[in-house]
Amino acid sequence: MTLNDILSILPLIVPAIAVILLMLLITVFRNHLFTVSATLVLLFVSLIMVFFSYEQQPRQISQLLIMDGYAYFYIALIYAATMVVCALSYGYFKHKKVIKEEYYLFLLTTALGCGVLVASSHFASLFVGIELLSLSLYVLITYTGTKPNVEAGIKYFVMTAVSITFLLFGIALIYAACGSMKFSAVQADIFNSTLTNHLLYLAGIVLFLVGIGFKLALVPFHYWIADVFEGAPAPVAGFLGTVSKGAVFAVLMRYFFRIDILSHNSLYFIFAAVAAASMFFGNITALLQTKIKRILGYSSIAHFGYLLVTLIAGNSIAITAASFYLTAYFVTILAAFGVITFLSKGGTDFDAIEDYRGLAFTHPVYTVLLTIAMLSLAGIPLTAGFIAKFYIIAVGANIKLWSLLVILVINSVIGLFYYLRIVVSLYTKSMPDNILDNEEDVFGPSFSLPGVLSLSILLFLLIYIGINPGPLVNFIEKLMNISGV
Amino acid sequence: MILVWLLVITFVSGLLAWIVSSWNRTTGRVVCFIGLALDAILLLYVWMSRYSSLAAGTNEGWILEYKAIWIAPFGISFHLAMDGLSLLLASLTVLLGVSSVACSWKEIDRQIGSFHFTLMAVLTGILGVFTSVDLFLFYFFWELMLIPMFFLILIWGHENRTYAAVKFFIFTQAGGLFMLLSIVALYWIGVNTAGLNTFDYTQLMGIAMAGHFLIIVGFFIAFAVKLPVVGVHMWLPDAYTKAPTAGSVILAGLLSKTGAYGIIRFILPMSGNIPSLLTPLAMVLAVAGIFYGALTAFGQSDVKRFVAYTSVSHLGFVLLGIFAGTQMAMQGAVVIMMAHGLTTGALFIITGALQERLATRDMTKIGGLWSALPRMGSMALLFALASLGLPGLANFIGEFLVLAGTFQTHPWFTAVAAFGFVVSVVYSVWIIYQVFYGPVDKAQRITDLRFGEMLNLSALAVALIWIGIFPQTILNTAKTALENIEIMQSTKISQSLQARKNTDMKMFEKNKLNDSAEIVR
Repeated sequence: MTLNDILSILPLIVPAIAVILLMLLITVFRNHLFTVSATLVLLFVSLIMVFFSYEQQPRQISQLLIMDGYAYFYIALIYAATMVVCALSYGYFKHKKVIKEEYYLFLLTTALGCGVLVASSHFASLFVGIELLSLSLYVLITYTGTKPNVEAGIKYFVMTAVSITFLLFGIALIYAACGSMKFSAVQADIFNSTLTNHLLYLAGIVLFLVGIGFKLALVPFHYWIADVFEGAPAPVAGFLGTVSKGAVFAVLMRYFFRIDILSHNSLYFIFAAVAAASMFFGNITALLQTKIKRILGYSSIAHFGYLLVTLIAGNSIAITAASFYLTAYFVTILAAFGVITFLSKGGTDFDAIEDYRGLAFTHPVYTVLLTIAMLSLAGIPLTAGFIAKFYIIAVGANIKLWSLLVILVINSVIGLFYYLRIVVSLYTKSMPDNILDNEEDVFGPSFSLPGVLSLSILLFLLIYIGINPGPLVNFIEKLMNISGV
Repeated sequence: MILVWLLVITFVSGLLAWIVSSWNRTTGRVVCFIGLALDAILLLYVWMSRYSSLAAGTNEGWILEYKAIWIAPFGISFHLAMDGLSLLLASLTVLLGVSSVACSWKEIDRQIGSFHFTLMAVLTGILGVFTSVDLFLFYFFWELMLIPMFFLILIWGHENRTYAAVKFFIFTQAGGLFMLLSIVALYWIGVNTAGLNTFDYTQLMGIAMAGHFLIIVGFFIAFAVKLPVVGVHMWLPDAYTKAPTAGSVILAGLLSKTGAYGIIRFILPMSGNIPSLLTPLAMVLAVAGIFYGALTAFGQSDVKRFVAYTSVSHLGFVLLGIFAGTQMAMQGAVVIMMAHGLTTGALFIITGALQERLATRDMTKIGGLWSALPRMGSMALLFALASLGLPGLANFIGEFLVLAGTFQTHPWFTAVAAFGFVVSVVYSVWIIYQVFYGPVDKAQRITDLRFGEMLNLSALAVALIWIGIFPQTILNTAKTALENIEIMQSTKISQSLQARKNTDMKMFEKNKLNDSAEIVR
């Protein structure tokens, strides 16, 4: 390994060192604020490392990792999102009577796992990344040890264990068929029917997709997500919905980018059916929910259904579109969960739609933020979500995927119902004895300065990307050009 | 640059109104007035300086234009432009904007600041729709006017407002999404066939396409929902009725005009080569709307609902005129758009005043108000007469031109639609009788229209009479714009005829070949 190689994987090395460093720091000086600050600084240094190395040529590090513009973009996105979650968690755990410091350790390991995942070019590193992220998330979900947390954690753990088994078996079959686990070596063989064990390979791919489908909560592997979102602490649910799902989608995109899905009917059918089913199921089930976290859980099923359109297209605009969509989605979801985090206190999260009734009259600023986040999820102009949805429609129209686009449009309308329901409840006058009406809670019980800072940044981004998406698009296109994924 | 100022002034004055409303109850309203007055001055200046060239027909294309690159990767630009048609509609927007601020003076007594911000945001969106000539920008403004309107109904509306607001939002948003699909499809056709990377209006409209019927349908759905055309009008009675007075004025007076404007601006230029399919459909819907609106209006006991349904009836004439295919009918449609905006706006202001005084809109519970409210009664009579098409008032000119123009191309549709007049006379007289004549319920001590309200309604009445007596100013202003659209449409027709001729020739030659092949055999 040359010096340049080491330089280019610094964005992964730094957080790995940071984990150990943080562990030592905690043993020396146990203090919540200090740990949060240390984590933020370490993450920030890791983020800076990305900007140091992304100008370089794509670089293959052993067989396992490829550090290209694509990987750098997602690593940066993941670290930035982790910083936001870290800042929000400070306020959330401030009043909780648990040992708080180790929580941040697992935030770091999750981020590291996601980083490895998006840079992997080999099934072994993919597996290491997924395993690292799943185990850390499992700890994060159960962290406070309350009943809903543990319940959600166990559900997540069982689901993860099952999905990882599928994934592992799929990888084993692919290896048995092709004799290699490098993406570039096996990608080409998917339609190579002259391969002796072609059937074995196909079986392997299907099992692999089942495992990934579990992680992305695509229909029909979606059952866990709403329960886990509901039970997990609000910042962790936001973390799970953005960073973990985004990283898994990124690696899926990397694997299938070279494969022309459109020209192979069976594969196209699988993806199109899963996308349509996810959109319909996610949106229709979300209509029936009464808790915001569950709604966001179901809506995330639908949003990853929308994203599959870009996977099917699989050209270079599609990669830009997916990256743009994920960025907008990260910003929006983190903003929504940020508001939920701020308003949550004690043992349970501030979750039921009923609780939000009349929020406009008690917490106007949070109301504006939550409104904009909901409108962004619904894809209404002036918000990041609109440009993102426009981008996906543009990609779909480019490859004439009309049937899926009409389904997407119909689903956007269905989605409006429940996003609007949340918005409407915010502006509807409530009973005078609202639980939030007491004076001390003007900023919300889990208010914190770093949290406010990150929410202000998110609010700015939500609007700025919605009004002037040009710079972000250019940035993404520039990175993707370097990569030549 | 004037166009940008128009949008900026409107939006910023709303923002300022929000801020200064925390000082006291009137400053915010005054700020809105000042902003709208500045807008009016700008528009007046544009009109004065360009009128002679518009009237002489020497003006080609836009009278004002502003273009800046917005989202470069997609060739999206912030491209605003104005021709006679958009000038007229922008003026209507500002005039009704002033009216709606004025009519909220007493009605809105909570969250005054945010109300005025929302109101001005809607107006900004509408002005943007009337002036943008980049398809992406158009869609952007199209959606943008929707969100504040949603909040206007949701927060300041009357009973059952949540239902009405959500229904309105979902209908219009669904229509809009189909338009978005069409716009994106048009963009890719431009990229693939002509190598364009643009959402520019003129360039995209210039593309001749074979299978673009579905694209037009996408646009038509969006505009039909806003207009509204019968069949997708279900949101209208609820939204019009439950909105606050200012909201109803804007919904009926302006938002429905964006639908008509969209059809003129986008569908007509594109529809050149498929008139055989779309025109009869639109005509049938238009005539159905005229009668459906009029007859349903009879069944209403809610005054606001009544006005809402009559509005459906009048907009049927607009749709008829637009699709008639003659200049005269199209000019008539534009005059009706202006007249309907003024009349319906005024009628909603009157019903708002009525509700403020009586706390009910149920006309079975009110009657004989003329003795108590002579000023309101005479105003209502004037606008009701305008609405039934009394000569001398603007509506008459519009409806006459539409019928006369449509008769040249579609005599039967015209004959049927003309009966709509009869119905409209009956319902207009009937509502005046119900509310202002008839037996007096009880001696009511209610105040008549205040000075401000009289001023507000008088301004609308003056505009209505002025258009009624001097319609030529309106016709001259819109003339060039409408002619340009007809030229775009006829170019399309000749192109498609050419294309059809080519395919016929090919078929002919193919048959000939087959024949000769047979002969050889």
